[in-house]
Order: sequence, then C-alpha cells, then structure tokens
Amino acid sequence: MQAASTMITDTTQPEYAIRTSKLNLWYGDFQALYDVDLNIKNGMITSLIGPSGCGKSTFLRSVNRINERLGYVRIDGTIDVLNKNIYDPDVELVQVRKQVGMVFQRPNPLPTSIRDNILYGHRLHSQGKKSSRSEQDEVVESALQQVLLWDKVKDRLNQKATELSLEEQQKLCIARLLPVKPSVLLMDEPCSALDPKGTAAVEELIWELRGEYTILIVTHNMAQARRASEECIFMLMGKVVEHQLTQDLFVTPDKKETADYIEGRYG
Amino acid sequence: MSDTNTLSQTAALDFDRRNLDWYIDKIIQALVFIAGISAIIFIIGIFVFITIEGFGFLLEDFSFREFFLSQYWEPSDEDAPEYGILALIAGTASVTGLAMIVAIPFSLGAAIFIGEFATGKTREFLKVLVELLAAIPSVVWGFIGLSIMNPLIIQIFDVPVGLNVLNAGIILGLMAAPIMTSIAEDALKAVPDRYREAAEALGATRWQVIFKTVLPAAKNGLLGAVLLGMGRGFGETMAVLMATGHAVNIPGSVFDPVRALTATIAAELGETAVGSPHYQALFTIGIFLFIITFLINLTADLIVRGIRKG
Repeated sequence: MQAASTMITDTTQPEYAIRTSKLNLWYGDFQALYDVDLNIKNGMITSLIGPSGCGKSTFLRSVNRINERLGYVRIDGTIDVLNKNIYDPDVELVQVRKQVGMVFQRPNPLPTSIRDNILYGHRLHSQGKKSSRSEQDEVVESALQQVLLWDKVKDRLNQKATELSLEEQQKLCIARLLPVKPSVLLMDEPCSALDPKGTAAVEELIWELRGEYTILIVTHNMAQARRASEECIFMLMGKVVEHQLTQDLFVTPDKKETADYIEGRYG
Repeated sequence: MSDTNTLSQTAALDFDRRNLDWYIDKIIQALVFIAGISAIIFIIGIFVFITIEGFGFLLEDFSFREFFLSQYWEPSDEDAPEYGILALIAGTASVTGLAMIVAIPFSLGAAIFIGEFATGKTREFLKVLVELLAAIPSVVWGFIGLSIMNPLIIQIFDVPVGLNVLNAGIILGLMAAPIMTSIAEDALKAVPDRYREAAEALGATRWQVIFKTVLPAAKNGLLGAVLLGMGRGFGETMAVLMATGHAVNIPGSVFDPVRALTATIAAELGETAVGSPHYQALFTIGIFLFIITFLINLTADLIVRGIRKG
C-alpha cells in the first residue's frame, strides 16, 4: 500500500478520486444504499444533499469504512479510492484512514492539548520513527496555519482542545487530518453545530482547501451546498438521483424529484 | 355585582384548602428526608461510639510512640502489657499491597475486555458474572484460602506453612477485583464514543484507540477504582483472618505469616473484659481503621466525581 500510494502521487493524478460501482449497503436487514454508482472528481468539492435518511451520511461513512464500527453493516460492490478498491481483502484499514480523513458533525477533538491533537495522526503514521521536537513544532504550525488557526492559538498550544470554541474545535479537527497528507477529506455536516459566523469561517476554510484535497461534504443546508461546492449529488431513499455541477443542479435540475426537493416541496 | 363577589370569595377560599394529597405529600417528604439523613447520622453515631469506647485508652495508657512504632502487640501480658500496632499495620499494608498487585491487572484487563471488546450477550453475561463474584461472602474466600491455597502454596513453593502474605494477598486481590472491574468499566463507559470514533478515523488501531485515547481519558475513574479496591482490602476482616496465619510479625518475605488490624479486633474483642485497657486499645485500632478507610474512600470519591464534572 505504501508503494502503491507513492506510485499514485508520482504519476499524474487520476481524474476521479472516488469511484463506486454497484454499491449496496445493509444495516442488518435494512438496505440503506441501492446500486450507488458515483465518480467523484479529484481535487474538487462535491456536496451530498437529500432529505434525512436518504443515505448520504451512510455513503460518506463507507468511504473511510468507519461504518464498520457498528458491526452489523454489510456491503456489496466496490469503492475505489485513487484507483484501489478499499474493500479488497488485502487493504489495510489504517492506510485507508490515512488517505481518507474525516470531519464529524459534532467537533470531536480528543481531550488532550491542541498540540497533541494535531500530532495524534502524525504519531500514529510515523511508523515508530520518533520525530524531533522541532519537526513536531513544524508539523503543528503548518497544520494550524492551513486552517487559519495558528495566530489565535500559537501561544496556548498546551491548552486543552476541548476548551476551544466550537468553531475553533472544528478547525482543529480539520487541521489534525492534514499532517498525514490525506488525498480525500470527508465532512459530515461540518457546520451544523456552529453559529452563522463559525459556519462562514469553516466554509471559507473548506473553500481554501479546494484543489489540494478532494472534499466530499454532506449537508442538510442547501444554501451551503450551493455556495460551497463545485459539484452536487442529490440522493433520495438510498439512491443517487442526480449528479451535476452545483450551479446546474440548482438552476436546471434534470429530474423532477430534485426540482421538488430544492424548491422545498418535501424534505 | 353580588354575583362577582361570591365568585371571588369562593376562589379565595379554594386557594388555601388542604386536602389529603397535600398532607400525604408533606409526610412523604419528611420520611424521605429522615431516611436520607439517617445514613449520615448512623455513620457519625458509629464514629462517636467507637471513639467513646477507645477514649479511656487514648487518655491513660496511650503513647503515640508505642502505639505506632512498637512492633510488640502483647496486650495480655500481666506485668507490662505493650500495645504496638506497627506489625499489624505492616501486616495489613503488605497484604493489601500484594492484593493490589494481583487485582489491578486482572480488573483492568477484565474492564477493558467488557467495556471495549465484548458485545451483546457476552458482555451482559460477563457483567452479571462480575456482580456475582462481588457478592461472594468473605468467609467463603477465607475458606478457599485455608483449604485450597494453603496446601497449594506448601506444595508449589516448598514452605512449611501456606497461611501467609502470599495466600491472603491473592485471596484479597481476587476479592477486590470484581468491584474494581465494575467501577473501572463504568469509567471506561463514561468516555464519550466520539473520542473513539475520532481516533479510529485518524487511523488508530483498536489497541491504539484504547491505549492512547480511552485509558488516558478514563484515568481518574480508573484511579478511583483502584482506591476503592484498596479501601476494601484495608477493611476486609474474615478472609485475612483465615488466610494470613494470624501471627504478629513484620513480614520479611511473602511467605511470612502476618496479622491484620481488622483480624486482631475480630479475634480478640470477645475475650477482653469490657472497659479494660486491652478492650479500649482494640477500639483505638478501630478509630485508626475508620479514619484510614474514610480517607481512602473520600479521595476515591472526589477523584471519580472530578471526572463527572470535567
């Protein structure tokens, strides 16, 4: 996997970061996804919208296999991340999580210092190599710089991360993914716990990260999908209804269901 | 005009009418209050009683030096009785210390397995089993020490007597482990699941999640569990009376017999004349034990409360 990932970064980036084919998913007896075929472009922000229970979070949580924590999830079909099916038997879960970072609905910094939060993933993936203090300082600074948090917290890196404001916590949760250099970032309603000001700040940050990472963002907020994503996928009852450029989906949707949803007739 | 007058009058009358429900409510409130404070009153009462019984000794024969620093407990010596509890403290401390060495790995391991790995029926079954283990009477543990551990130790280590620190320490460790497991598991359960999810999403393996995230987050609760287990060990009487060998002795190795503070009271109180210096000295040991266990439990409680707040 190590060799494979370097190979991928050496060659030209594939056009699609995530490709799924015939993806079906069951929670016990309940089928949550039906034949999902999606091609998600590399380096773009793609949003997933749809009413509650449509399977958008379920899909997102399959892309880093965090769904498997539940224990009663069954999957059929493939999800290729950078041309490798992550459900192949030879795939190491740890390497999937390294390539595919995730931001959760409720900010979930670990109950340690800001600095240790940033270094958590870095330490896990440095394979027993101890990095020097100055290297670590560099990692922390660059991650916090990227999420525009450095100036605010640089004097209190040893403060407990859970004492930060929710907006800062969510930025920290994004920042701690960056040191391990993932290629895909999954975001599960990353702003729903934040106030409008925090939402704006985090959206701006996501927009800044565009190009460098492939970002897949689930949102309940249609206005957010419209202003903060380049492509948009509309899902309903476990199926993909429509996948278009965001501007087209919201102006000239192909399907009647999409039109009804974005006009607020249901959902 | 007169109509509105009567209306307001009846309304005013109704406001201070006390029906049966009102009285029942007041009575129940009073009963609950009494039940609530009775526990505190009883504890204070016990402490006062023990202190009064031991007080004569504290005033007359008590010498701090002798009591805490002499290793000779010879209260029935006719000419010069000596009341030194150093050897008894050493006995209790050595047995409790060994018990903790036995109990901590067992209970922590069991708590991690039940809390983090076992699911569904296995988990429920193990939890019930742990509760059942905690309910085994201490005399049964003492019996196991006497009749199973004793010959086993003699056989394995080739020592003349198997009733010693090792025997009592293992027995006491096994006794304290269930309650420690139960509290440690509560502490692990109090760690929010989103921490585990966050760590797993960052690529931590199951072991790394537990070791780097769950255990540090639960460390106060785990410390509380250990302290409560220690309190249990300090106060335990019957099992240590049966398994230690009951010889006043500062142990040089785990194969030496010792005698615990609690066991001394249990064994000797019935044979002393009420009010005699010996009787009062035993009550002074009681005061000492009471204070130690109270402090241990208080500390444990404060630590466990600390995590709930933070």
